[in-house]
Amino acid sequence: MSFFSWAWGWISNGANWRGPGDIPQQILAHLEYSGLALLIAVVVAVPLGVALGHSGRGSAVVTNLANAARAIPTLGLLILLTVLAGFSPLAWLLPLVVLGIPPVLVNAYEGVAGVDPDVKDAARGAGMTTRQQILRVEVPCAMPLILTGLRTSAVFVVATATIAAYVGLGGLGRFIVDGLASSQYGPVAGGALLVVGLAIAVLILFSVLSRVLVPAGLRGSERSE
Amino acid sequence: MDWSWIPSNSGQILQLTGENAYLGIVPALIGLVIALPLGIAAARWNWFYPPTLTVLNIIYAIPSLALFIALIPAFGLTDTNVVIALTLYSLCVITPNVVAGLRAVPAAARQAATAMGYGPARRLLTVELPLAVPVIIAGLRVAVVSGISLASIGQLIGVSQLGYLFIDGLQRSFPTEVYVGLVLIIALAIVCDLLLVGVRRILTPWEAR
Repeated sequence: MSFFSWAWGWISNGANWRGPGDIPQQILAHLEYSGLALLIAVVVAVPLGVALGHSGRGSAVVTNLANAARAIPTLGLLILLTVLAGFSPLAWLLPLVVLGIPPVLVNAYEGVAGVDPDVKDAARGAGMTTRQQILRVEVPCAMPLILTGLRTSAVFVVATATIAAYVGLGGLGRFIVDGLASSQYGPVAGGALLVVGLAIAVLILFSVLSRVLVPAGLRGSERSE
Repeated sequence: MDWSWIPSNSGQILQLTGENAYLGIVPALIGLVIALPLGIAAARWNWFYPPTLTVLNIIYAIPSLALFIALIPAFGLTDTNVVIALTLYSLCVITPNVVAGLRAVPAAARQAATAMGYGPARRLLTVELPLAVPVIIAGLRVAVVSGISLASIGQLIGVSQLGYLFIDGLQRSFPTEVYVGLVLIIALAIVCDLLLVGVRRILTPWEAR
């Protein structure tokens, strides 16, 4: 049997959609972990990236920091915090935040630092304060890149929240980890397929968001990474 | 931290480090070999790029654990499984950089090569690709570093590398083992990253230092 027939056999079984720890409940738990981690990553990384990008300094720091953060294995950090601090929200939240910050930070930085100097001059020439220059000109111009960073982070976090199940949390990883432990391929494949579906839903959500949030004059200039 | 654990298990640690290096580096190199023609095609024919990019973005959105699992029916719980999955990810990271690097070649350099009588193939190999090297290597660095750290997830389907130390450390509640795994994965990633920076410097002697 192929991956998809295993996955579909399990997902289409009505019994998996009812009762304690059923599919809807685990999807909600998964979105809760991912959403909270992403929110914290955004609150930290967007203002920092925009501020550094506006000042035009710290390019090497931002790139190296992001590269270093990429090298940290999320599974290892999660397990270390669990072994050290026991079962606490910090143990699953911190690794996901660390994972989510680099793409947002780098893209917010690159986006704001890369705004056409003529446009910045025009904003200053029109009498805008620094605050207005940043919020009304630089951030909107950087919006395509900021959203690309957010999208990458969101996909990473949703995908990786799966491994939180390894230290006893809920979410879609529950099906995968329990299935692997009991050698049942149905929930393993089904859980994996649901995570893929969730990640693709995030991609679609962001392509809709970019249509709404990117200023009309900049559309079609979206870059990747 | 139980320092004495390290020397008494050095053989195993060394073996796991070697396996992790293999699982991080080989997929990135295979990814590079596939990404080059793909990126060259996408840079040449504009219509080809958006669909390619969409497919790559979707592949990149597949969680690593899910991809490992999806490959189990075909490849089982083996190294090959992890290598193929990580190759797919590195393809997603490197291809856009090949395209960006080739597109950023100054028109003047291209025209000069044409004026000197270079055909399209020779111009691509001796002018455009060398000028795109810094951007391509930037992509390769991301692929290698994230590959080394992603490989540890392979432990959940039983493919051994430094991730073994995490799982074993968790089961035995033995932080030393987890520390060693973390430090070695990060160190391995940094060493490979620096090696690639060195390669870039050798390949692009004209770049400002």
